[in-house]
Amino acid sequence: MDPIYLDHAATSPIDPQVLEIMIDTYKKVIGNPESIHSFGRQARKVVDDARHEIAKSIGARSREIVFTSGGTEGDNMAIIGAARARQALGKHIITTDVEHHAVFRACEYLASCGFSIDYLHVDASGRISLEELEEKLREDTILVSVMYGNNEVGTLQPIREIAHLLADHQALFHTDAVQAFGTVDMDVKDTPIDLLSMSGHKINGPKGIGFLYVRDSVSLAPITHGGDQERKRRAGTHNVPAIAGLGEAVALVRANLTDRINTCLKLRRIMLDDLTAEGANFQVNGNPEHFLPQVLNLYFPGVAIESLLTRLDLEGVAASSGSACTAGSVEPSHVLSAMFGSDAPETRSSLRLSFGVENTEDEIHRAAQILAKTVRALSTTGKAGEIK
Amino acid sequence: MSGGVDSTVAALLLKQKGYDVIGIFMKNWDDTDDNGVCTATEDYEDVVRVCGQIGIPYYAVNFEKQYWDRVFTYFLEEYKAGRTPNPDVMCNKEIKFKAFLDHALSLGADYVATGHYARVAEDAETGKTLMLRAADQNKDQTYFLNQLAQDQIAKVLFPLGDLEKPEVREIAREHHLATANKKDSTGICFIGERNFKEFLSQYLPANRGEIRTVDGEFKGWHDGLMYYTNGQRQGLGIGGPGGPWFVCGKDLAHNVLYVAPGADHPALYSQGLIAEKINWFSGEPKDSVFHCTAKFRYRQKDRPVMVHVLENGKLEVVFDNLEWAITPGQAVVFYDGEVCLGGATIATVLNPGTDASIDFVDSAPL
Repeated sequence: MDPIYLDHAATSPIDPQVLEIMIDTYKKVIGNPESIHSFGRQARKVVDDARHEIAKSIGARSREIVFTSGGTEGDNMAIIGAARARQALGKHIITTDVEHHAVFRACEYLASCGFSIDYLHVDASGRISLEELEEKLREDTILVSVMYGNNEVGTLQPIREIAHLLADHQALFHTDAVQAFGTVDMDVKDTPIDLLSMSGHKINGPKGIGFLYVRDSVSLAPITHGGDQERKRRAGTHNVPAIAGLGEAVALVRANLTDRINTCLKLRRIMLDDLTAEGANFQVNGNPEHFLPQVLNLYFPGVAIESLLTRLDLEGVAASSGSACTAGSVEPSHVLSAMFGSDAPETRSSLRLSFGVENTEDEIHRAAQILAKTVRALSTTGKAGEIK
Repeated sequence: MSGGVDSTVAALLLKQKGYDVIGIFMKNWDDTDDNGVCTATEDYEDVVRVCGQIGIPYYAVNFEKQYWDRVFTYFLEEYKAGRTPNPDVMCNKEIKFKAFLDHALSLGADYVATGHYARVAEDAETGKTLMLRAADQNKDQTYFLNQLAQDQIAKVLFPLGDLEKPEVREIAREHHLATANKKDSTGICFIGERNFKEFLSQYLPANRGEIRTVDGEFKGWHDGLMYYTNGQRQGLGIGGPGGPWFVCGKDLAHNVLYVAPGADHPALYSQGLIAEKINWFSGEPKDSVFHCTAKFRYRQKDRPVMVHVLENGKLEVVFDNLEWAITPGQAVVFYDGEVCLGGATIATVLNPGTDASIDFVDSAPL
């Protein structure tokens, strides 16, 4: 049996159409878009077309799109770039307890440079409260960074409300939309977001490419220094084939958004129904109303997550949990710690399944069977197999 | 798999024999520094590389809490009590062949294999598993395995047991394994290359005290009794006539370190020992008094001894010949030919060959 890939929140397989366009670009487009000759113009057109497609997908203007190497660079560029450009206005930044490390560590870095960072707490469903944001907002707040949808538990944040709350404040609003892009309709025209980062490989696009939306009125201090590409916002030669692929992947998302959402919702439903039918003992982590359809985080009481992940892999189901440390072992998730407390059993016994459009219903039925069986075995082997 | 050459070759040999092998890396100690770097990272990288080369899946598991609770706490308690602990013995008993074995079994494994130099075999008569010395007498590690129970060793494979260490390196080189020339690890794993004294001082308060000769003469100052072990010569910081000086005992109550002049001084010799925490691999001995051989430290040549099983559950081990620098806290391990019978922890040294009325910590109430 082929292994079943349920870790799309980590990365997703490339869409064949996207791959075809990339290969075609690699073969036929050899120029540097900054060059003034015909080869350059040809490459420039590829980049501009992709940029246009991407801008359209979120209701932005082409010049508001900056190509990056992915989510991490976009987050760093937005947070560090905004902080540096605006430090005369203040040094206070607000973010949340459940951000991706790309945001967390960029903020930690800024803290080490003398900025002061406030972290918004989340409730047990992983959502921040607008009241706390209002409380923590200060006159000298220059940036608020709140992720669109959480990569571990899938909880969506009240992005629209935050954006409107900040509309009359000097603070810029950045959102890490890396996980949400692809199954959430986002529009920066009616939601006054200033900075939005995304990554190609989460939406069946190429790895190593992404974009940062930068509202026209916003200026960022560049974090890399070199050529004048991307209106001096991001130095470095364009990755033209990857940009072409990203444009195509975004276009496909835009054309198929409803299908993508419905597919993931259906797969999710199958998984939950099958697990229930199998009598598995589990709870869903996250928000029952505001969630990403592709992310399903499950708590299995009494099951050691390292054993569960290993056994699932050996049985051919690829899932995930928290993040691995550099020595390979599973670290307790900071997201679940923020939701339940750092000593809560949920932090040690929760599994993340993340679905993708290429998953079949049959795969999910099989995966649910294996998961239920494994959880059953692990909740008992702790006793039966134990050596005195 | 530790990322070293032994466990790598162990995995390779099993894979070649047709076993369905899974590599598991244990992270037992967090020594992450301010830059977020920990030594486990590099070892894990090696595991990743060699498992890729061998073609087996690999995973990591975190036993930091278990290691701290069951090994490191013991390690500190022993030093506090004036003994010299053997964390490797405890790590095998509690982590490698318990927490790790439990984990492996929960993954559906039939056996765990390690790169230890030792052998196991089934006793045709009893059906029990026997622990045997490794073919490479120089590398034999049964000393460190002496506390494993029958149900632990029944689930164990030691693929290197029949090999000599140079052969193991040769196999690794033949297969171009990334760890073929990696240096063997030495010392206590969680201390690594660091200064032992400095490490220990982070966890235990050091009380400076007097160094006295076995005749009661003041010789100088020690930095804390825990830093010294019987037979130690280096690092005492005392010289003068009559030396060189060797540690021969500790008086914990008065915080005095005793030294004897010359390696041959009778105070360094003893006639026997009392041992506790006894483990027999394949059941209690048939006789309560029997003759066998024993090791009191790793890599020592076997010594002939008479073992008396005492009614209080402890062992009295009487040496055929006087033995040098027997150290409380270390293991005594018993052998009958190739068979490793089991082992125990040295609690008390008997009849130190001196007339001095030193209240050695060794003779504290049992």
